[in-house]
This record gives sequence, C-alpha cells and structure tokens, in this order.
Amino acid sequence: MARVDVRKTYKLYIGGAFPRSESGHSYEVTDSKGKFVANASLASRKDVRDAVVAARKAFGGWSARTAYNRSQILYRIAEVMEDRRPQFEEAVRQSEGASAAAARGQVDEAIDRLVWYSGWADKLGQVIGNANPVAGPFFNHTAPEPSGVIGVLAPQTSSLLGLVSTVAPVIVTGNVAVVVSSYARPLPAVTFSEVLATSDVPGGVVNILTGDAATLGPWLASHMDVNGIDLGGVAGLPRAGELAAELEIGAADNLKRVRRAPDAEPDWSTDPGLSPMTAFVEHKTVWHPIGV
Amino acid sequence: MAKNSTPFEYAPAPESRSVVDIKASYGLFIDGDFVDGRGSSFKTVNPATEETLAEIAEASEADIDLAVRAARKAFRGWSRMPGKERAKYLFRIARIIQERGRELAVLESIDNGKPIKESRDVDVPIVAAHFFYYAGWADKLEYAGLGPNPQPLGVAGQIIPWNFPLLMLAWKIAPALACGNTVVLKPAETTPLTALLFAEICQQADLPPGVVNIVTGAGSTGQALVAHPDVDKVAFTGSTDVGKAIARAIAGTGKLATLELGGKAANIVFDDAALDQAVEGIVGGIFFNQGHVCCAGSRLLVQESVAEEVLHRLKRRMATLRVGDPLDKNTDIGAINSAEQLAKIRELSAIGEAEGAERWAPACDLPSSGFWFPPTVFTGVTQAHRIAREEVFGPVLSVLTFRTPSEAIEKANNTPYGLSAGVWTEKGSRILHMANELRAGVVWANTFNKFDPTSPFGGYKESGYGREGGRQGLAAYLKSTGLKGGDL
Amino acid sequence: MPTTAPTGLAAYSEVTASEASLKRFLHGLPGVDQVGAEARAAGLGTRSIKTSAKAWALDLAIRMVDLTTLEGQDTPGKVRALAGKALHPDPSDPTCPSVAAVCVYGDLVGEVKEIVGSQVNVAAVATAFPSGRASMDIKLADTRDAVANGADEIDMVIDRGAFLAGRYLQVFEEIVATREACVRPDGSHAHLKVIFETGELQTYDNVRRASWLAMLAGTDFIKTSTGKVQPAATLPVTLVMLEAVRDFREATGVQIGVKPAGGIRTAKDAIKYLVMVNEIAGDDWLDPDWFRFGASTLLNDLLMQRTKMTTGRYSGPDYFTLD
Repeated sequence: MARVDVRKTYKLYIGGAFPRSESGHSYEVTDSKGKFVANASLASRKDVRDAVVAARKAFGGWSARTAYNRSQILYRIAEVMEDRRPQFEEAVRQSEGASAAAARGQVDEAIDRLVWYSGWADKLGQVIGNANPVAGPFFNHTAPEPSGVIGVLAPQTSSLLGLVSTVAPVIVTGNVAVVVSSYARPLPAVTFSEVLATSDVPGGVVNILTGDAATLGPWLASHMDVNGIDLGGVAGLPRAGELAAELEIGAADNLKRVRRAPDAEPDWSTDPGLSPMTAFVEHKTVWHPIGV
Repeated sequence: MAKNSTPFEYAPAPESRSVVDIKASYGLFIDGDFVDGRGSSFKTVNPATEETLAEIAEASEADIDLAVRAARKAFRGWSRMPGKERAKYLFRIARIIQERGRELAVLESIDNGKPIKESRDVDVPIVAAHFFYYAGWADKLEYAGLGPNPQPLGVAGQIIPWNFPLLMLAWKIAPALACGNTVVLKPAETTPLTALLFAEICQQADLPPGVVNIVTGAGSTGQALVAHPDVDKVAFTGSTDVGKAIARAIAGTGKLATLELGGKAANIVFDDAALDQAVEGIVGGIFFNQGHVCCAGSRLLVQESVAEEVLHRLKRRMATLRVGDPLDKNTDIGAINSAEQLAKIRELSAIGEAEGAERWAPACDLPSSGFWFPPTVFTGVTQAHRIAREEVFGPVLSVLTFRTPSEAIEKANNTPYGLSAGVWTEKGSRILHMANELRAGVVWANTFNKFDPTSPFGGYKESGYGREGGRQGLAAYLKSTGLKGGDL
Repeated sequence: MPTTAPTGLAAYSEVTASEASLKRFLHGLPGVDQVGAEARAAGLGTRSIKTSAKAWALDLAIRMVDLTTLEGQDTPGKVRALAGKALHPDPSDPTCPSVAAVCVYGDLVGEVKEIVGSQVNVAAVATAFPSGRASMDIKLADTRDAVANGADEIDMVIDRGAFLAGRYLQVFEEIVATREACVRPDGSHAHLKVIFETGELQTYDNVRRASWLAMLAGTDFIKTSTGKVQPAATLPVTLVMLEAVRDFREATGVQIGVKPAGGIRTAKDAIKYLVMVNEIAGDDWLDPDWFRFGASTLLNDLLMQRTKMTTGRYSGPDYFTLD
C-alpha cells in the first residue's frame, strides 16, 4: 500500500511568526490541473489589521538600518532562496503548470532580481537625490525616504517572479510591506515567507497573507495607517477596472501613494526600471544656512 | 533729551497703485484670447478695504470644455516643438515678469492683501526665477535622469489657491510647459487678477494660443476641470479635503495627480539655539503672509528649559510687527484674504481659548474696514487642542513644550500632515538627526519658509504627493509607469 | 549713567572670578546664525520713516557723530579745524546742532579742547590704538595721559590676540584696568568705549562674547571698529551688539551704549542704523548718550540731506566745509 501523504495547511506570515488566520478559515490550493496540493490559510480583514500593526512596529527599525545593511539582507534572501531552489521550482511548477525548465528559469530570475534590488539599497538615493543650488547662502539637498507601511497586492499570475519583483523594491528602500499573495497560486509566496523568516529579515518587515485580493484589498486600501498601496494584483481579477477604482477611492482617505493596477499583468522578465522603487519613496528636502 | 520731542515714526510709505490698471470686468483666457464666459460672474474684492476690484467671469462646464479643447489642440504643436524653442518662450515670459514686476507685486497685494514687501521681495522674484529655472530644462529633459526619451503627459488641469496666487501659478505652469504639456489653470476665486495679468503676459510673449488657458471660478469650476475626460494630469494646491476629493474623482481614470495640501508644521526650538535668529524664524514661520501658508510653522515646540525666555523674546518681537495697509512698504502683516477665512481664524481662536489655552496678541490698531487679525500666540497648548491639530491658516501660533529630542520628534510627527518642519539648534549632529526623523517633505534647519525653484517642495502623508520645484518637479509632468504621483 | 553696580550686575561677579568660569559663561551665550542675523539686518534696512521723523533723525544723527580723525599726518591745525566743524557743522545754519564729540589721538586732545571747551566732548583713542599691541603699562599710561590732557571719553582697543586665543580674563582685566585709568583726581571718570575691531574677531559669536565681556568689565560703550580694518561697522554686526546691550540691561539693569565706527558714509545708512536701534534695543537708545556714529565723511552727507529737507533742493559738496 502506498504511503499516505502528510497534508499540510500553510499558515500566514505576520510579524515574523506563522499564525493561522484569525478567522480560522482556510482554502484548498490546487495545482494548475485542479489537483489538490495543500490547504492555505484564508486571511481575513483582522489578519490585515494585525499585519499592519506588525508592519508599523517594524518600520522604525527597518527604515533606520543602514542602506548597506538592507542591501546585505536582501542579498541574504537571495542566498537562502538559492539554497531552497528545488522547493521553489516545485511550487512554481505546481502553481503555474510550468515545465520544469520554465520553473527553473523563473526561480533563476526571481533570485537574480533580488540580487539586483539588493544592490539598489545604497544607490537609489544617489541616483534620484540631489544637491540643489539655491539662490542664497544655504545648503540644500533632497534625498528619498521610505513612505512607510505599504500594502502590496501581489500579481495573480506570476507567483514567484512577480511576487519578488513587487516586494523587493518596496522593502529595499526601507518600507515595510503587507502582502496579499496570489489567491490561486499562493505556494511560492508561502515558501518565500519561510525564506524570509530565516534570512535576517526582521519580523514585520514583510508580512504575507494568503487570500483574496478583492476581499482584503479594500481593507488595506482604506486603512489609515497604511501609507501606500501597490494595486498590481488587481490585474486579471474579475471586475478589475471597477475594483481598481474602488481601491483608489479607498486609498484617497489618507492620500496613500498608489501604484496603479496595469491593464494586464506585465512581463516580469523585463528591466523593472526605477518606478517600482520610486513609487513608495518621499523626497525630503533639507535646508541649512551656510555661515561662520 | 530731545528724543521724546519728536517721535521716531515710520511713514505710511504706500506703493503707488498707478502702475496697475484694473479693468471693470474680466473674461476667460482661452485659446490665446479673452472671451466672455457662458456662466455667471463674481466679484473680487480688496481684502484690505472691501472695495470691489472687478467683475470676474465664472467658467461653466462648457467653458472648461472649450479651454481643454484649446489646450488639446495646442498640445500637438507645443509638445513637438523643439525644447530649445519652448525654452525661449519661457525665458521671454520670465523676462516680462521681471520687467512688469512692480505691476504684478502691487496687483497681488491689492487682490490678496499680502504686504507689498513680500509680493515685491518674495513672490514676484521667485515667480520669475521659477520660469527662468524651468525654461532652462525644456531642452535638457533627456538629461534629467527620468529615463530616455521623456514625453509630456498632455493637458494639465491646474488649480491653485489664494495664498500665493502668482507664485503657485508659476509652480504649476513653468514645469508643465517646459515638459511640453499645455495647461488649463484655475486661480482661486478670491485672487484671480494676477493670473489674468499673466494671461496678458502670455499674449505679450506671443505664446502660441491654447498653450496656457486661464479659467476663473470657484469650486464647481475646479470640479469640472478635474472631471473633464480629456485632462491627463491634475495639479492641485489647496486644502487636504479637496485634495482627497480630487484623488477620489480621478480614481480609475488613469489621470495623474500632484497634490500639495495642508500642513501643521512643528517649529522645534532647542535650548542651545541661536535664540535671536530662532525668534525671527518663529515670527517668519507663522506671520509671513498672514500665516496663509501651507507650510507655516504653526506649532512652536520649544524646549522647556528655554521656553520662558523664548516666549519673552517672541512677544517682545511681535510687539514690533506692523499690521496694516498691504501697500505700505513698512507693513509686516497685511489683510486676511477673505471674510470667510477671517471667520475661520476667529472661530478656531475662540475654540483655542475655550479649550483653555492662553491667548496673547500685542496691542495693535487694526483698520476699520477690511479683514484683519492681529498676530496671535497661544500658550499652554497641548497636542489635544484643536489649534494644535487643525490648520488655522492665519497668524496664529500654538506653543507647546518638550523636554527631550525624542519627545520633540514624537510630537512633531504626531499629525496626519507632513509638509514641513523647522529645527533650531547649534548642534550639527542633532540637526541631522532631527532632519532624518521628522516625517516632512521640507525640513528647515536654523531657517524657515525658504523657497527656491531648484528646491523640491511637497508633503508626506496627508500633505499630499508629488514634488514641485527642482529636478523632481519635472517628474510630475513627464510620462511614467502608472504611478499616480509621478515617477520620481 | 550708573556709577555703582546694581545688584543685577553683582550677580555676575562669579562669572568673572576665574578664567574658566568666564570662558564657560561666554561660550554658553546663545550662538548667532550669520545668515539669519544678516537677513534680519537687511530686512530692517527696508523700513522708511516719516518726513518729519526724518528731519529729526538727521539732526539726531548729527548729534550722535563722533567726528573723527586718526591719521599719522594729523596736526594741531587739522584737528582745530575739525573741532570748529564739530561745534558748527553748518556755519550757515545756526539751528544745526553740534556733533557729540571729536575723536583724535591722545596727544591732540588739548588742541581740540581749546576750541570746543565743554560744548562738545573730546574723545581720545588709547591703549596702543589701533593694534592694541603694547605692554599693559604702556596702554594704561596712554590712557592716563589722554585723561590728563582733558579727554572726556576714552576709546580703547581690546587685545584681539588675547581674545582669539581664549584668554578672556586677560581682556577682561585690561578693560577693568583701563576703566580705572579713566578715573580723574576728582573721582569722576572719562567715559570708556571698548573697541572690538569686529573685522578681526570675524564671527558674530565672537562679537556677542566680546560685547558681554566688555559690559561685565564695566565699559560705558561698546564700539565696533578702529576704522583701520575692513570690514568696519556693518548693520549686522551692530545688530548683534544692540541685542547684547538690550539683553544686558534686561539681565542687570545697566544700560550700555553702542558705537558703530568706520564705513558709515551716507545719511541713508545712518537712518538704517537708527531704525535698527529703535527696533532692536528700543528708543531709550535713540540718544547721543547711548548711540554714536564714529565717522568722518558721514557728517557732510547728513548736512547735505538736512539742507535738502529745509530748502527743498539738492545741495552739493562745495557748500559744506571739507574738514
């Protein structure tokens, strides 16, 4: 008789811990052919609330880290991912129905993307900040700072590369993230959270909720202690246009920085450019007199 | 002693009004010409005298449509014009502003109520500088670090407030035009005159018709502009409530927005500050432009160990402030812009008193007509007081105390706003620490209320998003990848 | 002027008890931000005053002038001519007031005194003016000599080298000793002005410290410059000194005078200074007892503007005496 599998229920990742959903709900995750793979926690609005609290708590420390240190930690995430390649490849293969080679390719790109972003930590400020030659005896310079707590609706289709490509640019600049993973393809996100937990990333810097972006999005969008929101995960959902507009309206309550939903999920393999990072930074200008 | 035989008095030194020619009525500036509006009209008054200055057309939805169409039509040519040619139009405008500076300053003071020394020495020179600065960018956009082949957005709908009518116009129009956009701009209903004079300057500069359109009106005119389907970009400076309404109005439309909104800036004075300059900074921070400044240092946070001395010096200095005729060159504080704003300042001040804060203002004679409010300071204020949380937008300072740097930071950041902050200390490392910790878009250390075209300005949190000024100011008017606030 | 220190000043006796405490005190004074101070001074410069006040201000400015000649080539003839002018700056107009004082080197005090008598004060520079580089005995002898010659006022220079080296107590003691040397046999004393040479002190922080140092040492006036070093008097330097005398009076009850000297050449400039005196220190200082201009060419411009105000037409240099 064949061995009976030990079926696992994956949990949420909040504040560095792996709690079940406060609601107690979970949902069945299937592979691309509809075959049961595992149970995932179905995050509720209260999980969103808890994740925002955890994120806010982590923000001060994370944003105060040196850029070099954040860079090191992102690179560490890449190292640990490299270590767990087979698990990621399997998760991507199952989730996306990709061939082994394609899954391998996506994992390669995801790891490379992390490495790429890790290098930006101590360079973005040099590229987009500047000294301003004001017409007076003043030192004046402008530098980017993180916006704060960022809600991320992760892409629905690209379960790993898309996820990494939206989370890394948020945290590399010193923000903290509350991420809602792909609903149908959450397993790479779950594995990613396990990597984060073992990669020197302080608890609360990234919080990953498995669940429905259409249900959780409005709570994130209208949350008054969230400073920005990436609506990328709206693309491809039913009523995507209307949902995006609703979320933008919610985001207006405290004037969140909004990275809008694209019409369709982008090709994640192309050069991301700076905008995924600059979407969630604030430019601070400091003046000081020059005198003796 | 002869000193008391002749009092040492400042003269009423009024700037001559003869340099300005205010027409009885004004139409809308659309497609290079002044046209009659199709809607009703309203009056603009001199807030220092309550005299009606002119009858102003109120642009209707149909007028807005005309203006946006004119801007769209002009966009084709303007956006394709080589940058170096666009630049020369902006340089021309900048030069004309300098040449007509006296006229613009006097008109601004008459319509807005601000002291002539500010309109003459601050507003108008920075307006000209802003056009000069962005003129120079027009043919260098590919060097701005905003990606290769930067492209304009299209038609920008711009709505500006009444506190710095011409300066806000410059902040909006100069970068928009430099990047190749065309604009429809709505000045505030109480201060339309300098924008209309600017329209004449556009004609004088032979700016192609439709590149700049000026539509006058109140809130509904602004709503129509924001809602117009052919507007690609909304730039707004004003209240946080209206900013939120705009963000909701453009939700799901793909329109981009730059929002420069309210503030409740903390001006933090440490016990080792250069006290005389700090007092000047406190005074300039809250009484500049009658406190009608979004980045005004309206919350003074003073270290307890030096609070008494700072307050003593502050009150002594406030007693030398001269409130009165905006056109008098000796006037430090002019008129409140409108009856409505005066009522709001009075209401919040009354609440401040009712909530137990102690109110003080130096003795000063206020003119009998017009809208006036004396420079006022409230002491014994806590974070819970409404005058410490809400934007008064008038010459009213709330004084709070703190004991340690971390308490100062906590209190300073304990607000939904995040536009500006001030720090006064002679200790270099503390300045940099405070500048890091303050959640505000502009930090003035050992100075306050300084503005420059090269220096980006804008807020954190509910003070809005996007930056105006500097290289960052270009990003608000160039194509980016789906980001509401611009790419940089 | 108070002859005995009030209790307010006595409270500072510990400050000057040792080099360490004096240094602690001076370094504990609030700093001065250069840019902010200069912006404030420039802002005050834009005030304009009433025509009636202007006429009064011009006369006041004339009454505040320390008409000065401090050249190696000075002769009895030169200083006598200057003394004549000090008495009657505008001989054609008897309503024109005299200046406050004539300021000369100590050896020429007698020449001036003969002309001006007690109608105009005679001020003598002393203490190895302008450099202040001599031994203490010489400086004190220099002072006593001028006082003995009849000087009403002594303009001493501080030892900038000692000040910049941080030997504040030495500077303090020099001022105290010079003040004692100003005492006449009858117990009265020549008024002492302490010159900082602000152009050599360079920073406003130093100017503020020097001001407090001199005031604590018992000077009657603080003065910017010798006129031999550039920059001499400026509006912002005077601003800082006016703030110091204002704060000193608040702290001790003792009022000290201020004298900007050197570089003030036009009536327009002089009026800017008066506006500053009025707004920073207050109108108690709008008096020749409390504010002076050390100047040579300023007087003629004041006279020209005065004539313009009385005659309604512009005047020219030929109508005023050269001395």
